[in-house]
Amino acid sequence: MAVTTYSGAEQYNFDIVKKFSVMALVWAVVGMFVGVYIASELAWPFLNFDSPYFSFGRFRPVHTSAVIFGFGGSALFATSYYVVQRTCQTRLISDGMASFTFWGWQTVIVLAALSYVSGYSQGREYAEMEWPIDILIEVVWVTYLILFVGTIMRRKQPHIYVANWFYLSFILATALLHTFNNLSMPVDLFSMKSYSLFSGTQDAMTQWWYGHNAVGFFLTAAFLGMMYYFVPKQAGRPIYSYRLSIVHFWALSFMYMWVGGHHLHWTALPDWTSSLAAAFSILLLMPSWGGMINGIMTLSGAWDKLRTDPVMRFMIVALSFYGMSTFEGPMMSLKEVNALSHYTDWTVGHVHSGALGWVAMISFGSLYHMMPKLWDTKIYSQKLVEWHFWLATIGIVLYIVAMWISGITQGLMWRAFDEFGNLQYSFAESVAAMMPFYAMRAIGGMFFLSGASLMAFNMFMTIRQGKRESAALEAKLAAKMAHA
Amino acid sequence: MEWLMWFSKPENTKPLALIIFFVTFIGIVIYVYGSKKRGQKLESYRDIPFLDDQEGTKDKQ
Repeated sequence: MAVTTYSGAEQYNFDIVKKFSVMALVWAVVGMFVGVYIASELAWPFLNFDSPYFSFGRFRPVHTSAVIFGFGGSALFATSYYVVQRTCQTRLISDGMASFTFWGWQTVIVLAALSYVSGYSQGREYAEMEWPIDILIEVVWVTYLILFVGTIMRRKQPHIYVANWFYLSFILATALLHTFNNLSMPVDLFSMKSYSLFSGTQDAMTQWWYGHNAVGFFLTAAFLGMMYYFVPKQAGRPIYSYRLSIVHFWALSFMYMWVGGHHLHWTALPDWTSSLAAAFSILLLMPSWGGMINGIMTLSGAWDKLRTDPVMRFMIVALSFYGMSTFEGPMMSLKEVNALSHYTDWTVGHVHSGALGWVAMISFGSLYHMMPKLWDTKIYSQKLVEWHFWLATIGIVLYIVAMWISGITQGLMWRAFDEFGNLQYSFAESVAAMMPFYAMRAIGGMFFLSGASLMAFNMFMTIRQGKRESAALEAKLAAKMAHA
Repeated sequence: MEWLMWFSKPENTKPLALIIFFVTFIGIVIYVYGSKKRGQKLESYRDIPFLDDQEGTKDKQ
């Protein structure tokens, strides 16, 4: 293996990593605030203010886009640029292209939010952006792909570290998914409105082929890339088994592509398609848990770090939630379980145990590890990291427990019959039964948002501290030079 | 081109796909775990994240 000594900012482009890291935190707070707001709208409907601009339907994609693409996407850009440079021991091939991906991506998030609030939506989950924004995403994403692959090709390290495999599969799969899911025909050249190239069941299948692979490659494979670099770094010991990581990668990448059909059980989709999707979903448990075990066992022999290091705790709890939600997912993909869980809040709870428990927690842990290094300083307050950890953990537990109870209650109420064979409950009665759990969910979200806000403050102070320290150092050096 | 029609029948392509993917998977597993020497080489890549460390804080295992 080639060994290159670290030489800091000149060797690598850390400026782009810093920009994306800061924006990841900004979008985390904004996106989670909107999430808490729409959760509160469901619990306390007066918050709709009888205005379409405040309605759940328009704010919901603002929330999902801001947290998935704004927070998650920016965290992935930041960490992938950091990891690819440090593990390939080379600089990104183009600072200009890197900068373009930053401004292009931020523009996408802002335009998407504005268009949703104005009432423009394709009506495709996690892909609500209309066609002009889709084209911009395509251009940014292809630039990202060229930049990432070009940097790998210029590596000084002969072997491509496994984290980069995961990042690359995420970039490639997302390009493929985005392109085909968004094939549509605009009403006219100057209209935001467009219609999908597909129709009926094919359209639904395309949507969920995209939807579940967005979960698989954007929200799982990419964050596993993060895990394979930052867990060993924070633990100060290499990954438990490199060979297991190779099997994990290939099995996961292959199996995810087949499972989208489990979102369409008991619909017009051919039965064999949804059965196939369910079978692959069950198989997916094995690589998912293989990866989880690989991450957690990295701490083997150093479990005390869990007691002493709150950043490590974020990462290990993230892996635990990853294991939990990748068990729950295959279980919910079984047709009999799905008959109860589908269209209920259980699905919402499941998504959030993955999104908050896995995606957000591993991102928080990685950013806590990376940001002080970028500004060459220490974390401003470890105490605040501890507070963040507990607020986030309590928030997630409140959220998913509320959604489990309300989801299963909903499912049972919808399928209950009276002695005459009529439905026992009206839909409105099931909504009324949900109200305490909607309030509980909103409170859980408030806990999580408070934690994220503490982190944003802590990192702001860390950056300020880093800047002050480097200014003081420069002044000292200048004074020394003047005396010499 | 008549032979192409063989691929249009799910009863042909399903077992074919099963064989291709199963053999590929077994091939990957044999590649990864089949040779002790190769295994040691693969495991040595675990250290890549630590190679450009300034501080070199990696724990000794």
